[in-house]
Amino acid sequence: MKKRVLLAGAALAAMTVAGAMTVSAEEDLITVGFAQVGHESDWRTASTQSCQDVFTAENGYELVFVDCDNDSAVQLEAVRNFIEQDVDYIIIDPIVSTGWDTVLTECEDAGIPVIVIDRTIDDSDKYVSWVGSNFKTEGLAAGEWLKAYADAKGIEELNILVIEGSTGASATIGRTEGFKEIADKYGWTILDSQTGDFTQDGGQEVMESYCKSYEGQFNVVVCQNDNEAFGAMDAMTAAGVSYGVDGDVILISFDACTAGLQYVQAGDINADFECNPLAAPFVEEVIQQLEAGEEPEKEVYMEEHWFVYDDTVPSITVDGTEMEMTVVTDEIVEAQY
Amino acid sequence: MSKWKKIVSMPLFLPIFCMLLVMATNIVYDVASGNFALNFFTIEIRNGVLYGRLIDILNQGSAIAILAVGMTLVVSSSAGTDISVGSVMSLSASMCCMLLAGYGVASAVELQIPLIVGFLAGILMGCLCGMFNGFLVAYLNIQPMVATLILYSAARAIGLLLCNNLIVYIRDPAYKVLGGYVGFLPTPILVAAICVAVMMLLLKKTALGLYIQSVGINKKASRIAGLNSRKIIFLCYVVCGLCAGLAGIVESSRIYSADSNNIGLNYELDAILAVALGGNSLGGGKFNLAGSIIGAYTIQAITTTLYALRVSSNEAPVYKAIIVIIIVAVQAQPLKDFFNKKAAQRALAKGRR
Repeated sequence: MKKRVLLAGAALAAMTVAGAMTVSAEEDLITVGFAQVGHESDWRTASTQSCQDVFTAENGYELVFVDCDNDSAVQLEAVRNFIEQDVDYIIIDPIVSTGWDTVLTECEDAGIPVIVIDRTIDDSDKYVSWVGSNFKTEGLAAGEWLKAYADAKGIEELNILVIEGSTGASATIGRTEGFKEIADKYGWTILDSQTGDFTQDGGQEVMESYCKSYEGQFNVVVCQNDNEAFGAMDAMTAAGVSYGVDGDVILISFDACTAGLQYVQAGDINADFECNPLAAPFVEEVIQQLEAGEEPEKEVYMEEHWFVYDDTVPSITVDGTEMEMTVVTDEIVEAQY
Repeated sequence: MSKWKKIVSMPLFLPIFCMLLVMATNIVYDVASGNFALNFFTIEIRNGVLYGRLIDILNQGSAIAILAVGMTLVVSSSAGTDISVGSVMSLSASMCCMLLAGYGVASAVELQIPLIVGFLAGILMGCLCGMFNGFLVAYLNIQPMVATLILYSAARAIGLLLCNNLIVYIRDPAYKVLGGYVGFLPTPILVAAICVAVMMLLLKKTALGLYIQSVGINKKASRIAGLNSRKIIFLCYVVCGLCAGLAGIVESSRIYSADSNNIGLNYELDAILAVALGGNSLGGGKFNLAGSIIGAYTIQAITTTLYALRVSSNEAPVYKAIIVIIIVAVQAQPLKDFFNKKAAQRALAKGRR
């Protein structure tokens, strides 16, 4: 909780600074171009909203927002338009990870710093900073929490079913890798791992099949996002499998959107590992550093929280760092995107 | 022998045979892994509802089956495909949920308008899309694929606008009825069955089926014979839109939300594939509705089988492709001709001796 307060403090400080700037130079707004992936999920909507909330005229910014509708050609064009409009900063959430070198060189030639958020660019390093989540850490944290929870509850054998995200997505790869590392470390059995494409329908269909293939054999289900978890819950209910805090199956989810947290609060989902969509405050920090002539970090990992139903496990240790588990309350649900 | 031949030469023999073959792999798998041999085919009542892999196939495949009904008519009458059905599904679902929840509301517990009005509005939206497609194809003579390409790209986007870029959840249990259960039976199965039954009756009991085939075989000749070819093609597209709307509502009800980005994604391809797997020619003319329905459930049977066989999700599309190629190839005319010729030669050789 302390982290959250600190964070809010930092954001407030940043806003005050920005506010002061607005007063001193009314017309001199910083123009920021943002080429967003699209609007495919609640998470994405929250990410867009975060930018629109932070880069306002009151804070001293002018935001040029382009929704690329998941079309990488549109995104390239959007970035080129930003160069033509001579914006001060460009934010890109790259739809694809390759094919960026040419356009980023153009940005560099035009002297416009590029900040990459969320997804990564693999074939070019001509950007100032990348701001995003560490998906592998999320996976590791889920594993470590499960270990601590199982120990606390005296569950000896863990048989795990995984519902993956879209094949090849960085979130899928990171979360799978992190969780598998822990599973191997403690010798857990991962019975099966199939893709649910990050959708509720996908999660439901895969879980329906799991319920039949592994009837009575599993006691943990890991869904790689909340929508899949909702689908899995419906499928388990239909099959008469009990899940959650009072159930036979431990349900773990990722993303931690508002609806997800409501289920955690109700005890249907045991633990939900956040993937913070609110990148804008961190991006603003990078921009402020650049404005001040400082050099920002190349990789900026965002603050993320791990949400649980109760304090059975108060904290976990991932890669030597102690991390707090947050018990979901009404205030937290309301504050979540 | 002659009885066997009679069965083999039935038009639906190959589609049914292929579907059974797909399902039969599960027996082999279950025996090999030491399970009860008919594990895949077991149906029981659990929690008061039907439970089993076959039910999953019927349940999950029903959206494609509903789409296949409309697609078959479109293919038959206009010798083209309606590639907008997946997007129209999404638009109908968005329309329905937007009206029920109110504009800009992401999660609604109380409905703004009666449920049935929302459902009907969604289906009506599908009909409107069908009319738009039908008008372009029938009256402006635009190639079906080009005409429906417009809504293929636009409908989903309009749906997103209606939902204000949100996933709209309807948290009223009544909304789940179309995607949930009626008594012990999953509702999607019932909806698909009613949809198919109504269309079958319409085609068999009226001359509509004959008209559609006639227009598909020769548009000009049909017109000279006194049929309003344009009207019939138009009607087929409207029915296709209606089916898409219905399928969209069912899918939306299943997840009690309008997930505009994902509902019906790539379903148009499965619907077209269902028509082809059912032994229908995509060149229009004669058609067999039952074939398309079997095709639709075959596609779902493949998906469910791959889950049951624990094929990893990275490899699944490859197996799916291989199975589809085999099914289509088996039904290809040149291959049939080849085997017929062989059989004839053998018969001839026998006769000589």
